[in-house]
Amino acid sequence: MSGRDRGNGRGILVTEHKELIEVRPGAYHDSVTLMRAGRRVAERPGVTAAMTAMATAVNLDLLADMGFTPPHDARPDDLVVAIRADDAAALETARAALDELLAARSETPLAFGAPPPARTTGSAARRIDATVALVSVPGPYAFAEAMDALDAGLNVMVFSDNVPVEHELELKETAARRGLLVMGPDCGTAVIGGVGLGFANAVRPGRIGLVAASGTGAQQVMSLLEEAGAGVSHVLGVGGRDLSAEISGRSTLQALRALDADPATELIVVVSKPPAREVGDLIRSAARRLATPVRFGLLGEGGEDLTTVVEDALGAVGVPVPSWPSWPPSRRVHPPRRGPLRGLFAGGTLCEEAAIIAGSTPHEMTDFGDDRYTRGRAHPMIDPTLRLERLAADTTGGEYAAVLIDVVLGHGAEPDPAATLVPVIQDAKVPVVVSLCGTSGDPQGRDRQAEALAAAGAAVFSSNAAATRYAVSLAEGS
Amino acid sequence: MRLTEENGGGLGGLLTRDVRAVTAGASVLADALGEQAVPVEAVDWRPPSGPGDADDLARDLAVVMGDRRRTEADAQAVRRMLGARPHLVDVRPAHEVLDIERGAFLHAGPPLTWDRASGPMRGALIGAALLEDLAATPEDAERVLRTAPLDPCHHHRAVGPMAGVVSPSMWMFVVEDAESGGTAYCSLNEGLGKVLRYGAYGPEVIERLRWMAGSLGPALRDAVRAHGPVDLRAIMAQALHMGDELHNRNRAATSLFVRELAGDLAEATGGAEALRFAAGNDHFFLNLAMASGKLSADAARDLPGSSLVVAMARNGTDFGVQVSGTGDRWFTGPAGVPDGLYLGSYGPADANPDIGDSTITETTGVGGFAMAAAPAIVRFIGGEVPDALAATQRMYEITFAEHPAFQVPILDFRGTPVGIDVTKVVRTGVRPVVNTGIAGRVAGTGQVGAGLVSPPAEVFTQALHALAEQATIGS
Repeated sequence: MSGRDRGNGRGILVTEHKELIEVRPGAYHDSVTLMRAGRRVAERPGVTAAMTAMATAVNLDLLADMGFTPPHDARPDDLVVAIRADDAAALETARAALDELLAARSETPLAFGAPPPARTTGSAARRIDATVALVSVPGPYAFAEAMDALDAGLNVMVFSDNVPVEHELELKETAARRGLLVMGPDCGTAVIGGVGLGFANAVRPGRIGLVAASGTGAQQVMSLLEEAGAGVSHVLGVGGRDLSAEISGRSTLQALRALDADPATELIVVVSKPPAREVGDLIRSAARRLATPVRFGLLGEGGEDLTTVVEDALGAVGVPVPSWPSWPPSRRVHPPRRGPLRGLFAGGTLCEEAAIIAGSTPHEMTDFGDDRYTRGRAHPMIDPTLRLERLAADTTGGEYAAVLIDVVLGHGAEPDPAATLVPVIQDAKVPVVVSLCGTSGDPQGRDRQAEALAAAGAAVFSSNAAATRYAVSLAEGS
Repeated sequence: MRLTEENGGGLGGLLTRDVRAVTAGASVLADALGEQAVPVEAVDWRPPSGPGDADDLARDLAVVMGDRRRTEADAQAVRRMLGARPHLVDVRPAHEVLDIERGAFLHAGPPLTWDRASGPMRGALIGAALLEDLAATPEDAERVLRTAPLDPCHHHRAVGPMAGVVSPSMWMFVVEDAESGGTAYCSLNEGLGKVLRYGAYGPEVIERLRWMAGSLGPALRDAVRAHGPVDLRAIMAQALHMGDELHNRNRAATSLFVRELAGDLAEATGGAEALRFAAGNDHFFLNLAMASGKLSADAARDLPGSSLVVAMARNGTDFGVQVSGTGDRWFTGPAGVPDGLYLGSYGPADANPDIGDSTITETTGVGGFAMAAAPAIVRFIGGEVPDALAATQRMYEITFAEHPAFQVPILDFRGTPVGIDVTKVVRTGVRPVVNTGIAGRVAGTGQVGAGLVSPPAEVFTQALHALAEQATIGS
């Protein structure tokens, strides 16, 4: 039996009482909220599949991949809800649970005369004397919001990815004309005066300022600086494309000048992949004109690893290099098998660094933060489902010597990553090595996370380079 | 050379002030700031939803928002709109002040042909043809009108309520800008009941129009000339404090205007009759509010790159807008039927699609945009007081500025939202709220109700696309 109801503005298609596809016109929620809600529903007993997403072309394709029949008349601004369950009762309770999850944000009646919420970044900027706007709307729309922020005299961090490069260029040129900074697009991390924007770790105030074209690279560096007791003054993200020939380091130059003018910053460290050659020359020559010394941590063939960059920076400001914490597995684990090293990463830069360090040792590294894996999904630092499935498969049935993963803590990241990893690590038939990027002040508590992971049988390292070298030694020794 | 704060180190105090943030997008990121005790103003962001392809819309938005001329053009356009100081300086026959020949007619809204004209528009044109003695009967008039030149009032620095039909012998308010020397015109208001602007053309309608041309117009002219320029902006500002929103409620403004001119009208020939007429028509001031709006909006025209709306107008068939950056081009879509309350036994089936140039009031920050100032009329258009407050407050999301002279007492004397931005309308999906009378769809019926109406969404996406096509992109 199937029925269709448009009477209440919702298109609902129920098939055999076990599957539901519902279109809710004009009901917008941001993608992270929707993915979290969908995941919570999918985890319910009796539910075999669930998806809540805006009805974009990408999401409708994903719906089809999950075996649902996508609604033909849905628009990108419609919310689509799809649930498959073992029976009608499970379906109904799942739907009720979803309504409750999404209702948390639904409109509460405004007090008499209270203004409705701002609908644009410009409008919000008029309501608060802000210093920065944090834009994380879908990429094609990020330009309008970011431009609004610049028009209002705000610096802007563009967390969104999929922002066209010509939009990035125009935003950065506009910002430069107005003496403002654009961090991003695709900027995951910044720390301004101790406040973390996006994904960032809890770090004490210090004398070293970072300019970072790499989000997890910056998180590794700031976490190690915190461990050494040095802290950071500020971490200014610039976006992964800033040092390309097209963007020509526009934000890096702004950020360098700002940190140079900042009395708290005594040393600047630039963390990036190797820049385009002419851009590298430009940045180095700008850096030479600053009063503040600048060190470059350029990850790449022949470059230094991030831990070495940190040690070098600590030396420059006269802070002793500590021994980077590590936690050996506190239970007996399986010895490595014969085979290549497997890397399953959430952080792109951490993944690259591991691949470089692994060098000629046979290895297979996957970055789950790559666009291929985030299509229609949240970043693995928010939604670990996909990587967890892979980890379970590769630690039990695969042909790998050992598996290396990263766990990135901090503001914005999932609240307790160890909780979902522990059962998988306990069942692993090969050694699991964890690169744990975080600080003891992070909301998740680095040491608590490390101890839980080690208790499950993982070898845990606070330095990604050290974790990788250990994993390589396991693979080589097998 | 050492790079210093002066050329880039400042970043608006980013590194020296406490972080205060605006967030748009994933709520998890706003929450993470909240957990760090950072003050956050979160945008209730939703994807733009307009007719047409979502990717095209996103592209047009980015191109227009990236137009290097935009911020300066918008700022100048808004400055001009807000800087206008309309004064009533004269009252004169249309044939003396407008470029309009005998046999030609002006009408409300974007351009229109007789075949596409609605009932009330046809009725008003028939009445005007009878008034001008171009035909002896309504049937003759229809024959004449099939080939008569029709042109929007807006193309002649004029506006007209409802059908907005102007013919050469009608008298016009002449409103001038003391600052820039601009001029705008609007016809004289006929009152309620069977009136030309709602499409009525019976003998009593024509008779009243003849009296208006023969007696009311000259009396007003003499009084205005004797009085000297009347500061309309001052009257409008006061009327907003007295419960008018200057589109559907003009009772206070009419009273203030009549009081202002009373002495001079008393001394004019036919003045007593004119006084009684004006004082007996609560909408008498509407036409002056409209001419004031037209003057302000015209001052903001023709600034390349600006996305400021300078006209919203309906002809009973189409709803059209014009935008500062796209010259005289109209962007049109089907006029909607207002949602509101009906008089007597009338109902939605009796309603004509939206009609009139009176949306020039919303275009310039009053009317529906000032609904919060007029709680007394919310029931008349089928709402409640909180709806009125919400309507005005929602309009701040799609406008450039707050009016420096027009204030809303209940919103703590905040300036009314003024200057509709095409980009903001498309981005938010919030459409301008228009507060309007409803004409009967059959010619001659008159007013059947009043309510709220929105422009069709496509007029804004079309305008956005036109702005994108002629944008100047940097580098």
